[in-house]
Amino acid sequence: MEFFNVLVQYFPSFSVALVETIKLTVVSLLCASVLGVIFGMFKVSGLGPLKLIANTYIDIIRGTPLMVQTMIVFYGLSQVLRPLGFSWSSLGGAFTAGAVTLSLNAGAYMAEIIRGGIEAVDKGQMEAARSLGLPYGKAMSKVILPQAFRMMMPSIINQFIISLKDTSLISVIGIRELTQNGKIIAANSASRVMAIWLVVALFYLVICTFLSRVAKFVERRVSYAK
Amino acid sequence: MPNKIVVKNLKKSFGGLEVLKGINLEVAEGEVVCLIGPSGSGKSTLLRCLNRLEKITLGEVVVDGHPISDPNVNINKVRENIGMVFQHFNLFPHLTVTENITLAPIELKLMDKESAKNKALRLLTRVGLAEKAEVYPGQLSGGQKQRVAIARSLAMNPDIMLFDEPTSALDPEMVGEVLEVMKQLVADGMTMIVVTHEMGFAREVADRVLFMDDGYIVEEGTPGEIFGNPREERTISFLNKVL
Repeated sequence: MEFFNVLVQYFPSFSVALVETIKLTVVSLLCASVLGVIFGMFKVSGLGPLKLIANTYIDIIRGTPLMVQTMIVFYGLSQVLRPLGFSWSSLGGAFTAGAVTLSLNAGAYMAEIIRGGIEAVDKGQMEAARSLGLPYGKAMSKVILPQAFRMMMPSIINQFIISLKDTSLISVIGIRELTQNGKIIAANSASRVMAIWLVVALFYLVICTFLSRVAKFVERRVSYAK
Repeated sequence: MPNKIVVKNLKKSFGGLEVLKGINLEVAEGEVVCLIGPSGSGKSTLLRCLNRLEKITLGEVVVDGHPISDPNVNINKVRENIGMVFQHFNLFPHLTVTENITLAPIELKLMDKESAKNKALRLLTRVGLAEKAEVYPGQLSGGQKQRVAIARSLAMNPDIMLFDEPTSALDPEMVGEVLEVMKQLVADGMTMIVVTHEMGFAREVADRVLFMDDGYIVEEGTPGEIFGNPREERTISFLNKVL
């Protein structure tokens, strides 16, 4: 019963926090897609220096925890760049720092997804496109990537779900998203701690379940007979 | 007649494996050349060197006056003029038949959308598939796919057509429809190089048949000479196996 009381009482505040969580996720995923395409292309380019850049980036991101990345971006960069007049507060504060971190983080995973998708397209497709006289870039954008994206859709939505849950860790720098909102409410209401965190969990659960349904739907829609 | 293709001492290696060991070839305008020979003899590799889908290791390849073995040549421009048809069709599965055909002419700004579409429809009519203009490749049979692939190449108005075993992946009953389209091209005077296992086709339409084995052109001649009176031991033993 406590659960429902908490849910009703704090619904408005959790709704605002949910919007923050979604905003953070969507903004980050959009930026991550751009990073993912760039570094994914670097990886399939066959050019040594580009591959090295992409691999270094991906290794650093995959080899360090998101929370530490958040600290480095938010506190570390502030300290180091302060002499140059840089401060996160002038750029939108913790939200921007969080979005930057999550973009960099998800971007590395997206790069791997995109590389996998491109490599999964039959190599005869590139040959056919090139033999028609299309330059590499056009062959990639008009022939390879549209097919690769279809194959990648389920993985991309999966990454969306992962990043959405990762926003929880970004609460450490004080963005009032779902988790942070839970922390603040719980701090003032120790006796209802279980109910509060269950409500937080429910919000994540609902949206993630919804997303995986979307993933299944999209997967069916984009598949075509070869 | 001027030579459309000149190949001089072409060598091609994959890693340490030498697949082409010194090929010399001249193809005149309007000539139909069939490449025959056992698997692994280098036929497809030779064909793929002619539009540089394979990097040329050594030697010279001149197509339409462009030395494509020279890395500075604008290979995309040269390729616009060389159609290629693949064993596995390689149609773009995410595009309709019409879009498959119009993609390159539109993207390369050779035609506007409207005239490209009209041209696609004319080409589809020519290969007998006008009613399939709006379907996706997945809904076509193998023979239909290959005819669309030919139409796609023709949309670029190539002077030269390369065919890489165009009927090898087809069910037997569909081979005929593709060969029919190819015969039309021969009749239109297209310069064609065809890697094929269809000896009947080679005999009927080729001006010249080249027998390749182990990275060399072992023997060449008119279909009458190659099929009627082969001189080389290896040609004789290959033809005994396939005829």
